[in-house]
Amino acid sequence: MSSTVTQTGPRQFHLDHEPHLPEGASTMLGFWIYLMSDCLIFAVLFAVYAVLGHNYAGGPGPKELFDLELVALNTAMLLLSSITYGFAMLEMARRRQTMMLVWLGITGLFGAAFLSIELYEFSHLIHEGATPGRSAFLSSFFALVGTHGLHVTFGIIWLATLMVQVLRTGLTASNTRRLMCLSLFWHFLDVIWIGVFTFVYLMGMI
Amino acid sequence: MTSPMQDPNTSFLFGRLTFDAIPLHEPILVATFAVVALGGIAMVAALTYFRLWGYLWSQWFTTVDHKKIGIMYMILGVVMLLRGFADAIMMRLQQAMAFGGSEGYLTAHHYDQVFTAHGVIMIFFVAMPMVTGLMNYVVPLQIGARDVSFPFLNNFSFWMTVGGAVIVMMSLFIGEFAMTGWLAMPPLSGAEASPGVGVDYYIWGLQIAGVGTTLSGINLLVTIIKMRAPGMTMMKMPIFTWTSLCTNVLIVASFPVLTAVLVLMTLDRYVGTHFFTNDMGGNPMMYVNLIWIWGHPEVYILILPAFGIFSEVTSAFSGKRLFGYTSMVYATVCITILSYLVWLHHFFTMGSGASVNSFFGITTMIISIPTGAKLFNWLFTMYRGRVRFELPMLWTIAFMITFTVGGMTGVLLAVPPADFVLHNSLFLIAHFHNVIIGGVLFGLFAGMNYWFPKAFGFKLDEFWGKISFWFWVAGYWFAFTPLYVLGLMGVTRRMRVFDDPSLQIWFIIAGFGAALIAVGIAAFLIQIAVSIRDRKKNRDVTGDPWQGRTLEWATSSPPADYNFAFTPVVHDIDAWHDMKSHSYERPLTGYEAIHMPRNTGAGVIIAALSVACGFALVWYIWWLAALSFLGILAVAIGHTFNTKRDFYIPVQTVVDTEARRTKLIESRA
Repeated sequence: MSSTVTQTGPRQFHLDHEPHLPEGASTMLGFWIYLMSDCLIFAVLFAVYAVLGHNYAGGPGPKELFDLELVALNTAMLLLSSITYGFAMLEMARRRQTMMLVWLGITGLFGAAFLSIELYEFSHLIHEGATPGRSAFLSSFFALVGTHGLHVTFGIIWLATLMVQVLRTGLTASNTRRLMCLSLFWHFLDVIWIGVFTFVYLMGMI
Repeated sequence: MTSPMQDPNTSFLFGRLTFDAIPLHEPILVATFAVVALGGIAMVAALTYFRLWGYLWSQWFTTVDHKKIGIMYMILGVVMLLRGFADAIMMRLQQAMAFGGSEGYLTAHHYDQVFTAHGVIMIFFVAMPMVTGLMNYVVPLQIGARDVSFPFLNNFSFWMTVGGAVIVMMSLFIGEFAMTGWLAMPPLSGAEASPGVGVDYYIWGLQIAGVGTTLSGINLLVTIIKMRAPGMTMMKMPIFTWTSLCTNVLIVASFPVLTAVLVLMTLDRYVGTHFFTNDMGGNPMMYVNLIWIWGHPEVYILILPAFGIFSEVTSAFSGKRLFGYTSMVYATVCITILSYLVWLHHFFTMGSGASVNSFFGITTMIISIPTGAKLFNWLFTMYRGRVRFELPMLWTIAFMITFTVGGMTGVLLAVPPADFVLHNSLFLIAHFHNVIIGGVLFGLFAGMNYWFPKAFGFKLDEFWGKISFWFWVAGYWFAFTPLYVLGLMGVTRRMRVFDDPSLQIWFIIAGFGAALIAVGIAAFLIQIAVSIRDRKKNRDVTGDPWQGRTLEWATSSPPADYNFAFTPVVHDIDAWHDMKSHSYERPLTGYEAIHMPRNTGAGVIIAALSVACGFALVWYIWWLAALSFLGILAVAIGHTFNTKRDFYIPVQTVVDTEARRTKLIESRA
């Protein structure tokens, strides 16, 4: 130990009692940072679409391929699912478990409807010969929209898992925390979709 | 192009894997395999004989203790260093031999794999694990925490990194590795030019390890933000913690780009899309841009923690507070931001025009300003300090000299017209080895010598450490100065044979340098062995063998599972030095039970399934890929149902542990 140079009154160098950290205190921050890293994956896919989106290689372009009415319906499904997820969170705040589960179920159904319409759109495109390998435009279209769809798929699996967990153990601290994380995830996918709808579909029709 | 899904040459059960994939015609590989297999069998036999499997599984593989995970990262890094260095010495030998009509001893097929594997392994499986390992070990201790924010995630990240390394190592004996260079640029890495499994091994190895890296980045970032001891404001954090914070910001903000760009390349190879192809509207230069948007921050991911290590070491061994703490923090943050604004300097020759090239040339030169500020800070810390030339300080001084030269050649390369001449030449190779060996690697050695007594309770042997040091430093200069000369003469990288006999002498000198480095590595291994043998003699009973200044030195060596019996309160940048100068006495009573995370095997299992999945995808064994992917999902979901995630260390255990420490400290007095 080195010698004492200046003694500026008593300093406390440790806590006398263990600080009580609530379980999962850092989870929301961690999940938020994860979402931002996921956002960068979408940023790359958007950038790739911006670079390659006009390289039709003699194949079909957006105007020939996109059915805006179908996509509008699809967008409605996803936006509605976000609203119903919000309702579920409100019910969670009121500690009404059954109503929360009902709203989560509806959210899942809207998500499934979104995925079904997207899969229908994809199969329709592929059937018309507009495959991912047809042109760089279609490659980047399928990659961007498909990655979003894949996220929704995992969101639905996660949603189902959480519903089972709530049924088993109720609205415990860890379950509500997980539902909050999924809520962030779900709304995040909504925001991404608004970007997709605007930049890919709407601007593709101009 | 047909997609591999309908390839008629694949069987259902084994995909495109056949006996021809085992390289029996390559004597070097057969001999390597024999050695690895015999060594592996001997190790498995020894572990079984001494009944260590249960111990390894319960105490190490499934551990969520950041200290043990940190140590395992270091072991992974050292093991992979041996592999990466074997590749290096093979290249040096080949290039020193292949003159005057000689083809050397490596075929083009083999040589191209060797230089690719060398780069991939050294960056992803040596430098990254070792940097992550040190951050894992040291950061929670420096901020006065008991563990990281997400201990399970930490274990999982480590095993995913191991999984990636396993995939890359598999390519040595089953099939082949990429022959594309370490960044696998298309169209060379596309399905047409590289139809084999090499690039697929590359892709899946990096993707699996990348999951681990990204998650560990998030984990450490949140840990530093959320888990600092009371009183430790941002501007009271130790510099190593600061550089770790910036590095983890860079990881989180750049690895997703690598993930995305590799996914796109995967689609090009597996599904027949046209992102980076030459036809159908694809754009290979987009790959180059995207990969360097990850790749340039990556080099700062590696060097920033090394800067942090040098800061800690300089301050501790000069017996002084670090000069210019605030400027050091701002320099680090500046470098973090600037690292995103320079990626295009890797391909000035793309032809993006004078304005774009000038912009990126200037931003690149600007980075040398905060870096230079750091160097002056270290020098002024030493100025009028009572400098102790122990091993960590020796590595730091070698770094200061070596890295400065590397920095200057970097600024030279940042001048676009000069770069047009030196692009892809051996001058570039010499430059980045100059900064990566002289910066990152010297930093890792400084860090290992510095924190080893903390981790294991005894110092590393000084004699063998000095042998290792001098051979490494001399070896570096012998190996890479000739490459600067050759690069200035216009010799390009990745050449297997040469025509001009006047060049040979330089390659022989470089080969001699590599041999010196080999001695340096051997001496390092001997240093560890000798230190373990003499551990009683070099015992550190105080927990503070170097008169350290930051909180990790307040703990015992090695620290207890819970790190700190009482949560420390921080008043100063050099928190431990502050405690010592106020004659702080360790409390001996009043202990409480401590809340800790519980071990789990889920991380190992998911990583093992990921390796199976990656291997299946490389070889088009679709059923195995699907099955192992479902397995990953099942285990991950199953893990969320595991509610037994924490426990309390009973008061009596804490009392006993602390009593042992008291006795140990008294034993020396």
